[in-house]
Amino acid sequence: MSAVLEVTDVKKSFGGIHAVNGVSFDVREGEILGLIGPNGCGKSTLFNCILGQLTPSGGEVKLDGKLVTGLRPSELNKLGVSRTFQLLQVFPKLSVRENLILAGQEHQGNMASRLVGRSDAGLTDAANQMIGFFKLDHLADEPAGGLSYGQQKLLDAAMAFMGGPRLVLLDEPAGGVNPSMLADLKERLVAINREKNATFVVIEHNMEFVMSLCSRVMVMAEGKVLAMGRPEEIRRNPAVIEAYLGH
Amino acid sequence: MSGFAKPLKIALGLAVIAALIIVPMNFNRYGLFILSQWAVMSIAAMGLNLTLGYAGQVSLAQGAFVGIGAYAAAIMTTHGWPLPAAILVAIALSFAIGWVLGYPALRVQHHYLAFVTLAFSTLAFLVFRNESWLTGGIYGISNIPRPHILGLATNKPLPFYYVCLGSLAIASLAVWWLIRSPWGRAFMALRENPLRAQSLGVDTRRYTLMAFAIGSALGGVAGALYAPLTQYIDPVPFNLSLSLDLLMMVIVGGAGFYFGPFLGAMIAVLLPEWLRFTEGYYLMLYAVAVMLLLIWSPTGILGILDRYLAERRTKAASALRAVAKSRLETVQ
Repeated sequence: MSAVLEVTDVKKSFGGIHAVNGVSFDVREGEILGLIGPNGCGKSTLFNCILGQLTPSGGEVKLDGKLVTGLRPSELNKLGVSRTFQLLQVFPKLSVRENLILAGQEHQGNMASRLVGRSDAGLTDAANQMIGFFKLDHLADEPAGGLSYGQQKLLDAAMAFMGGPRLVLLDEPAGGVNPSMLADLKERLVAINREKNATFVVIEHNMEFVMSLCSRVMVMAEGKVLAMGRPEEIRRNPAVIEAYLGH
Repeated sequence: MSGFAKPLKIALGLAVIAALIIVPMNFNRYGLFILSQWAVMSIAAMGLNLTLGYAGQVSLAQGAFVGIGAYAAAIMTTHGWPLPAAILVAIALSFAIGWVLGYPALRVQHHYLAFVTLAFSTLAFLVFRNESWLTGGIYGISNIPRPHILGLATNKPLPFYYVCLGSLAIASLAVWWLIRSPWGRAFMALRENPLRAQSLGVDTRRYTLMAFAIGSALGGVAGALYAPLTQYIDPVPFNLSLSLDLLMMVIVGGAGFYFGPFLGAMIAVLLPEWLRFTEGYYLMLYAVAVMLLLIWSPTGILGILDRYLAERRTKAASALRAVAKSRLETVQ
């Protein structure tokens, strides 16, 4: 299996704080990689460095072997890298369907065709499919701001898939989602991973969720990689138990 | 404004358009001037509504773009160019300058951006006043001709009102098309959550610059009509207070609502005229009316209507749910 994403010695400092301090790993095509670690260990900062929301102080990020360090988030997204956010990030005044159309429209045509072409950029069917897939049918025309927290989380995830991404970085998708909806979300993620051959990196604190979803898990502590391996290896790793999982 | 039935909306729209065409036929010169001014200011406010209301970029420079358009039209038409050519130049010029003014918006937002645009507004005013070789300085430019459209002279107030109204119609259609296109959605994404927009591939830089450039271009169109409307321009009407007036039109009408600028311009241009019978008090009454409105509804006039329709829809939806639930219970 070839690597979709290669991260080499990425560093990010804020003043004297080394939030990410030399992290290297790769993500293999089609896998679901879990990323765990205590709060403040640099997981989200690492995501932001990979996604171009922050410029790394050092190191490089390669997508399909091509150097993408320093590209803007919108450029990376067009190369097939998508994300969800830890805190709710939907467009509250747009309807659920409009949110999804927006999430896909920049992947259709160019600036000119988006001005003169169809107002839905030809995406109404794709949006409706996604709405059906995430079981949001009854909410399609509601403003996204009126949805419950869990429903907005689902929408946030659905939006990440509209552009047909190759690599999706999910930042705590399970946070604040109730157990039955969580089972649903997991089932959807697995289905998209298999059917669309999308590769995932998932930050999550819900151990049961991570261990059952991911093929490999990476553990971070104090800005560095503490361990990387299959879930059962990670569960038994003494250093991980010491730093994060607890006895 | 979902919630009204479509045929009703179309009928209402046609009635308003017919009224705007037929009713002014009996108006006197002054009435037609005021109404033409409403049409022109609506175009400028529509531009600001695009930049501010839809894309969320604060600008205190829209008045300056009206000025740029007005001077471009005044200079060109007094040198024998036809007005349509002058309008095209006004569009190109204010689009380009608006694009450049958008660059600060890539770094600063909200009131900081307001100050940057305010400084630009002052700069433009100083150019209008001091560069006499081009603008006539404080003496301005007089004898601005009104155009011949398809061989018809529009010197008289009524024909020129129709020029303004026609231009408003074209601008309205263009803006309507723009905001329902993917561009409009991207503008709203810029306003509501630029961080999320970026991660979905929205090139926030390009759309921000476009929002400024297109909004400013509409200001330029308004200016290019304002010059032949008044037939005389000097720097004073294009100082900061015009920018503030336009901002007020957008806010009072309802920022981010398509029909907001039409209503806002109506209130800003017509209400002071209707209040004239109160003589010395009319500006004070006007100010109080605006304050009360914004205390009651910070989202402007259309914000009130929007709230009412949303409430009605929620009620209807919960009624439907209640019916569905009682049916379920009956079945059980």
